[in-house]
Amino acid sequence: MQLALFIIFGALALGGALNLLLQRHPIHSALSLVVVMMSLAVLYWSLGAEFLAAAQVIVYSGAIMVLFVFVIMLLNAGTEQRTRGSRAAYAVGIPGAAAIFCLLSFVFLSERGALKSSNIGGDLSSATDNIAEVSAMLFTKQLLPFEVTSILILVAILGAVVLARKEQ
Amino acid sequence: MTHLTNFELFLLLSVLKVAVVLVILLLAVAYTVLLERKLLARMQNRWGPSRVGPFGLLQPLVDGAKSFLKEDMNPLAAERPLFILAPIIALGCALISVAVVPFGAVTRVHGVDLFQIANVNIGLLVILGITSIGVYGITLSGWSSNNKYSLLGSLRSTAQVISYELALGLSLVGVVLRAQSLNLRTIVNSQSAHGALSWNIFGGFQIVAFFIYLMAAFAETNRAPFDLPEAENELVAGYHTEYSSMKFAMFFMAEYANMITVSCVATLLFFGGASSPFGHIFNDFFNTPVLNAVFPVCWFVAKVFAFLALYIWVRGTLPRFRYDQLMSFGWKFLLPLAMANIIVTSFVIAMRG
Repeated sequence: MQLALFIIFGALALGGALNLLLQRHPIHSALSLVVVMMSLAVLYWSLGAEFLAAAQVIVYSGAIMVLFVFVIMLLNAGTEQRTRGSRAAYAVGIPGAAAIFCLLSFVFLSERGALKSSNIGGDLSSATDNIAEVSAMLFTKQLLPFEVTSILILVAILGAVVLARKEQ
Repeated sequence: MTHLTNFELFLLLSVLKVAVVLVILLLAVAYTVLLERKLLARMQNRWGPSRVGPFGLLQPLVDGAKSFLKEDMNPLAAERPLFILAPIIALGCALISVAVVPFGAVTRVHGVDLFQIANVNIGLLVILGITSIGVYGITLSGWSSNNKYSLLGSLRSTAQVISYELALGLSLVGVVLRAQSLNLRTIVNSQSAHGALSWNIFGGFQIVAFFIYLMAAFAETNRAPFDLPEAENELVAGYHTEYSSMKFAMFFMAEYANMITVSCVATLLFFGGASSPFGHIFNDFFNTPVLNAVFPVCWFVAKVFAFLALYIWVRGTLPRFRYDQLMSFGWKFLLPLAMANIIVTSFVIAMRG
């Protein structure tokens, strides 16, 4: 069951990501990104991180991507031209991507013992209530990083307000 | 029954539950439309639909048949895949969220809870998440129609829904703080101690949160007095101007299904869900298994029905807001009030220890 979920939504996430790159219209790309976000949310949930899954859907698919779509609609962006791509991208990009893939799979395979091969969906069946654990961790041990991050976001919002304000 | 394995039984009962709930929900949607037409008519001193069947009771069926049989027109300049996808997203999201709603007391048959499709730990967040995905239906319909009125209507609607989602979400935090869980069952159980006195709106002192929720919910579902996205004297019909036949009917059904969902959430979070307002006083009189299962469902339906009637009453009474009034009301009044409610509630809970 969990493995089936993982395969289906992993494939959906990959397909969405590819479609995001291949589509020529910005709004189609944005919608593919929504599909990727939703599939990732299902993957999180199948790993037992239900709060993270809900936050992913509400924050990313429900708020940020709606604003993306909104902006694309308002700008009335048309279909984009397909380019042949720069030669540098082919020369560096493909070997670079292959190298990162090899490096990551090497690390995961060699450190398998330390990472403890996780049982996919193992926490799903026991239905733990992990919101309490997440919030206890967030407001005790990780309080300083949490508060610093919120101040960072506040600064970003203030910056946006200052930039958007009309000159007097 | 004995030759089925547990899993097969679970699967069979779940599919059955989904089918029954879906049919009841669709019927409820159809008859909410009739209820609205009838009640509005009585408020405006006329009869409303009265020709088809006794008291016009067959009107929804005839309306449904009419929208099926009408010609399905697609504008030439429309973005076709998205134009078709938009009503599906809108209706799909509106129907899915009822899956986590517990509409009766826990009644287990072979280990399967009869009156809830899925008991999820984060039920409340699931409903909020599905609501936030439903915005795409409106956004895409406006853009893909390639029509100025549709686009403006959908822009208004998207901006409105995103703005009021904040106030809506924050107004629910007080309830979650009291129940210490996002599970809808747990939230309902946390208010069932003394009947109506322990409901969150009375005993929980969440009456401010309830009014914030109520206003935000009106805006979320694009209903009067916040029905600017379909203000017919400014925008023709808003985001569904270009839609005809069944695709239009899907938007229409989505609006009413959303109304029902929002009423369910209000019932669960502020009015004790399926619990009786008299608490456990009458438990000794009607203590048979069947009555114990049926009465909570009746209470739940009665509460949801009261909310739907309130929706219709408000539509018949209040004029429409202006757009800037709507935005400043949401951001400058409801949002700070919701935050103040969270602070006061958490302070009181902390003081009580």
